[in-house]
Amino acid sequence: MSDFIGDWQALLVLVVAGFLPNEVWRMLGLWFGGGVDEGSELLVWVRAVATAILAGVIAQILVLPPGALASVPDWLRYGAVAAGFAVFLLTRRSIFAGVVGGEAVMLAGKWWLG
Amino acid sequence: MVRLPLALPPLDTTRWHSPLRAFAWGMRSVASTVLTLVLFATYLGIGALAHDTHFSLGWVLASTALVWAGPAQIILISTLGSGATVVQAAIAVTVSAIRLFPMVVSVLPMMRTPQTKRRHLVLVTHFIAVTLWVECVRLLPHVPRERRIAFTHGLGTGLCLVCLFATTLGYGLAANLPPLLGAAILLLTPLAFLLSTARNCRQLSDVLALVLGLALFPLVSLLHTGVDILISGISAGTIAYGVHWWRERK
Repeated sequence: MSDFIGDWQALLVLVVAGFLPNEVWRMLGLWFGGGVDEGSELLVWVRAVATAILAGVIAQILVLPPGALASVPDWLRYGAVAAGFAVFLLTRRSIFAGVVGGEAVMLAGKWWLG
Repeated sequence: MVRLPLALPPLDTTRWHSPLRAFAWGMRSVASTVLTLVLFATYLGIGALAHDTHFSLGWVLASTALVWAGPAQIILISTLGSGATVVQAAIAVTVSAIRLFPMVVSVLPMMRTPQTKRRHLVLVTHFIAVTLWVECVRLLPHVPRERRIAFTHGLGTGLCLVCLFATTLGYGLAANLPPLLGAAILLLTPLAFLLSTARNCRQLSDVLALVLGLALFPLVSLLHTGVDILISGISAGTIAYGVHWWRERK
């Protein structure tokens, strides 16, 4: 069992740094949600910051790639994501087509590099 | 995006009479959306990322069930994996999770009835994340109001099972696949996040936040603060909001 989850410290880290930070905002929404106007300026700012943080996560994976992704050269990682975004725009915002397009460019590039 | 046909029964039929059936309709609706595929791809990536940063399978499965927010899990795994302290990781995750608050606020009124107690909504609230939020807005109008909580429980449970399966699969694939396919699975995460975020952009401030957030992170990461994502996110988001505010005022 301890190999499956890791030690109790790993689980504690998960609760403190993963579970609670998310659950706090959800439960705050449940408790105080009635009083917040959905179109309020505060929520526009919250959404902008949340979007920018997500963008940072995307950039982090691309700029400082983990594990096997590090074996793909920089230009190919950026190029594949740019190609995926172009396909997304050309297909009237199909997420599925964009993801498939980006992956295809990455795989084709790696195959071409040998 | 492709919308698969939605075949929920009409509001006035007897097929909505039991909460159990509403739960089953909710679970079945998992198959009616392409977002399930996006979620599947994201969690394949999360499973693979957890493997490559040396977390155990049980730990990452627990994180899928307890955290239930893809971006937060990626931040958690990548910050801890790159040597940040628990406090730094907790701060970055807390800030990224603020976006759940407006989602909860906007979706709960769709489920409330005069008889609804707050405790009836606790599990629904836990399930709220971007996919469930989008699907609730789309599907709940086709569900009788008094069955919406049961329906959402079914939808959330179904999506969670799909994600637990995808997490396990991604973890196993990363361990056994040649590096090329491992890289392909890890690339799923940034692609799926970038495109679904771009799709959710509703106004100028959202678009600017996305573009500035992508551009600022590489610069801020040179500082090696441990909370780079936080710094770049709050500055980019605030600049984007500032532009929005300035345009509104004119």
